[in-house]
Amino acid sequence: MNIGVFVCHCGSNIAGTVDTEKVAEAARSFPDVAFSTDTMYACSEPGQAGIIDAIKEYGLDGIVVASCTPRMHEATFRKTLERAGLNKYLFEMANIREHVSWIGKDKEANTNKATELVKMAVAKLRNNTELHAGEFEINKRVMVIGGGVAGIQAALDCADGGLEVILVERESSIGGKMAKLDKTFPTVDCSSCILGPRMVDVAQHPNITLYAMSEVESVNGFVGNFDVSIRKKATYVDWEACTGCGQCMEKCPSKKAEDHFNEGVGTTTAINIPFPQAIPKKAVINANACIMLSKGKCGACAKLCPTQAIRFEQQDEVVQEQVGAIIAATGYDLFDHTLYGEYGGGRYPDVITSIQYERLLSASGPTGGHIKRPSDGKEPRNVVFIQCVGSRDPSVNRPYCSGFCCMYTAKQAILTKDHIPDSQSHVFYMDIRSPGKLYDEFTRRAMEEYGARYIRGRVSTIQPRNGHYVVKGADTIMGTQVEVEADLVVLAVGAEASKGAGELAEKLRISYDGYGFFMEGHPKLKPVETNTAGVYLAGSCQGPKDIPSSVAQGSAAASKVQSLFSKDKLASDPQVSSVAMQRCVGCAKCESTCPFGAIEMTEFRGMPKASVVETVCQGCGVCAVTCPQGAIQLQHFTDNQILAEVNALCPY
Amino acid sequence: MSKQYAYYPGCSAMGSSIEYDISTRALCKSLGVELVDIPDWNCCGSTPAHASDHLLSASLVARNLAIAESMDVEGIITPCPSCLKNLKTTSLRMQRKDFHEKVESIVERPVRADLPIRSVLQTVVEHCSPQSIAEHVSKPLKSLKVVPYYGCIMNRPPDVMTFDDPENPTSLDRLMGALGAEVLPFPHKVDCCGASLGLVRRELVTRLSGRILDAAASLGADAIVTACPMCQLNLDLRQNQINRANGTQHSMPIFYYTQLAGLALGQSESCLRMDKLCVSPAKALQQVGAPAQEERAR
Ligand SMILES: Cc1cc2nc3c(=O)[nH]c(=O)nc-3n(C[C@H](O)[C@H](O)[C@H](O)COP(=O)(O)OP(=O)(O)OC[C@H]3O[C@@H](n4cnc5c(N)ncnc54)[C@H](O)[C@@H]3O)c2cc1C
Ligand code: SF4
Ligand code: SF4
Repeated sequence: MNIGVFVCHCGSNIAGTVDTEKVAEAARSFPDVAFSTDTMYACSEPGQAGIIDAIKEYGLDGIVVASCTPRMHEATFRKTLERAGLNKYLFEMANIREHVSWIGKDKEANTNKATELVKMAVAKLRNNTELHAGEFEINKRVMVIGGGVAGIQAALDCADGGLEVILVERESSIGGKMAKLDKTFPTVDCSSCILGPRMVDVAQHPNITLYAMSEVESVNGFVGNFDVSIRKKATYVDWEACTGCGQCMEKCPSKKAEDHFNEGVGTTTAINIPFPQAIPKKAVINANACIMLSKGKCGACAKLCPTQAIRFEQQDEVVQEQVGAIIAATGYDLFDHTLYGEYGGGRYPDVITSIQYERLLSASGPTGGHIKRPSDGKEPRNVVFIQCVGSRDPSVNRPYCSGFCCMYTAKQAILTKDHIPDSQSHVFYMDIRSPGKLYDEFTRRAMEEYGARYIRGRVSTIQPRNGHYVVKGADTIMGTQVEVEADLVVLAVGAEASKGAGELAEKLRISYDGYGFFMEGHPKLKPVETNTAGVYLAGSCQGPKDIPSSVAQGSAAASKVQSLFSKDKLASDPQVSSVAMQRCVGCAKCESTCPFGAIEMTEFRGMPKASVVETVCQGCGVCAVTCPQGAIQLQHFTDNQILAEVNALCPY
Repeated sequence: MSKQYAYYPGCSAMGSSIEYDISTRALCKSLGVELVDIPDWNCCGSTPAHASDHLLSASLVARNLAIAESMDVEGIITPCPSCLKNLKTTSLRMQRKDFHEKVESIVERPVRADLPIRSVLQTVVEHCSPQSIAEHVSKPLKSLKVVPYYGCIMNRPPDVMTFDDPENPTSLDRLMGALGAEVLPFPHKVDCCGASLGLVRRELVTRLSGRILDAAASLGADAIVTACPMCQLNLDLRQNQINRANGTQHSMPIFYYTQLAGLALGQSESCLRMDKLCVSPAKALQQVGAPAQEERAR
């Protein structure tokens, strides 16, 4: 074998703390190395051209590049080899940036370590063989999880492009948070007027199948061929029959059920359609509040329903779907403000959250759009807004900015003045973050035209006094302490990862960050992809986002699916395990350890034998280390290849 | 199963708040919390020491720690939040090796600084749950409306004190509730009363403490319950001064929680030294149905 070694400077990224020339020099003495050099930027066009030229000139048949992480450029260099006519698996990468130059400053030690990593790569490469990819068919259906505005946009874009879409939403209606908003910044247009028609489009689109009140139970398979099971939760109403007339709600005697849609402002009936524009517009019984389901009597709704749709005996149902791609759009949850004891969360009735305030502002909300204090129903004069409740505060483990609260607080201050002209809004803020198009102008309008009083500083405490609240805080611009009397306090609660996001990420085998937000494939270059092929992200499940960005990302994810589905077949990865039939004793240990269910037991000449389903195998290698016979080898990471690396590193 | 604790009463317990000490000992006894006094303990230096020199403050505390460490006890407990804060901060600071060495060289003995340190309040609440305390109650504080006042340092800073919620603590609330009192939600429960500036900035103290009394009165409280000798002294002994400065006429009794607990557990007023309170608790005590006490008539 003729091996070529290229040691990359990566500008000063590597060359700053590694003597690349010396590494290249040392590599010349490694077995089979026929050519070795250092290079400024191996991944650049001239860098790649240099590799191709060397392959031709020196008759190289294997290449080692010592540079950055394979996650960054393994694919790049494999393509380079293909362009030079070599099999792309005759390539190895030594990571001398993340593993060497970025973590140590001692040039001599770094140079030694880099040399050893190259030595290992050469040793492995000497045992590499050509591998060839197979092909497999793809199923051109897509599942969107989460029916907020991001999921709706992604679903409609895919469906309009002719794809069959499965939309899974865990609440009884789609719409997400946006459906609960009154008006939207920066245009102050009615939220349900722009979202409503899109929701109707979802319901009417022939390509969209909507599973509401449903959750993804498990996901198996791989890009192009996912198998999902979806749990449709019991609604105790036959949705085929229910017409959404709402008669059941009028007569239900259990009227104190928690009103999720109105964020706990007010209560609702046990059988319930959350809001007039709900999609699907179907009734659901809240089992905890229903007298029939908890105590065995009542049944008023069943007697009244004109279509006899009530089914008290209904159970959860699990359905299977096959799709080729998945878009996660599960959104966010709001921070639990009761963690701020000093704001009296949960104790003081007139200290409410921003989303509750949206419901008070909304004409379809519990007060018909009149701002009334929860405690006594009076119209407030002084409204105090406190920003960054659960944002930018390491003490509650939320050091990040939630992104949209500055803007929605300005919006709510404007709307407050519209609703109650002689009211005064006071906004405690840390600094105003409004970088979107027309955003800064918007917050300025709240201050200048609508007279909202902005006070820079955090609030230390809220204390009730004679039917008011005294909000005490600092004014860090004036350098004084301030006390503001409030009739109503609105906490701009920040965003956090949606409940159960971590579990869902594990089902989808995608990464999530320390706060539970899903991780994109690359923070700059792969903003809607994940590290799992075929799974994409949209909206604030990736991090807090306003509506315009959520919608943009929904469309972006849809177009990624379209381009994935523009091919009829995908190339399979040959880095999978394979079973040596003669050695296999049929003990089936591998079958039980494979986390992906990629091993099947078959029969060969009357003996049980393991066999790998190549399209399902993820190449993790668990089976290879489990097999007591050493009968399974992971292609491209065989025992011989790994041992060669170890021997190169520990020669004695 | 009773546990032994090294008891650090603190200096106020020897004088201005002797009733706190007495009622604390009584309460611990009836709940099976066994106290062993730290022999020959010294003052921890309180605010003056740590305000002038951390090393001085730590050394004063470390001597007490060292004695307690030789005692074979579960931990150290103290009724006074200020002493508690000094004990806890010192034991944390002593984790720094160079500081540890300096302190040891000053006190001239080894100090491990690893005994658990808690307030009596925390020990009582955690040792016996409010429910099980409720079972001991023989004379519930029925119809007594109280506001719990924790003061500013019982729970703060949170990472040092590691007890209850720093902004909305509820241990006293729960304890008082278990004793049968009606506990009013008190928004000022962790506000500072200004005690440590009592001598130098009197107007600050009358303002801060006045606010606490005003709020308690406007809620309709019969009494304020404290767990801090400084807060108690400030609100009780200075109440006339505060009234004069603010033009108010409060006459709000300020109890130690241990006194009210003792009462509910059937101890007598005299042994709880109710007579030591400056603002007369007579009306509040009548409310509970405690017999007007002969002993107090001098
Ligand atoms: C008070 C307030 C006011 C706001 N005002 C504005 C404004 O004026 N303008 C603006 O641009 N933005 C505003 N926002 C931000 C806006 O809410 C978000 O930008 C938008 O809702 C993000 O949409 P989404 O689809 O990503 O998430 P979401 O709206 O959260 O939707 C996610 C959906 O996924 C579902 N879901 C979650 N987990 C699962 C699961 N495991 N399985 C199935 N379904 C699941 C949820 O039920 C939900 O329906 C405001 C936010 C708040 C809190
Ligand atoms: S369950 Fe029956 S009554 Fe209720 S909305 Fe549906 S059709 Fe109407
Ligand atoms: S059976 Fe349940 S849902 Fe139906 S009317 Fe009665 S309480 Fe309401």
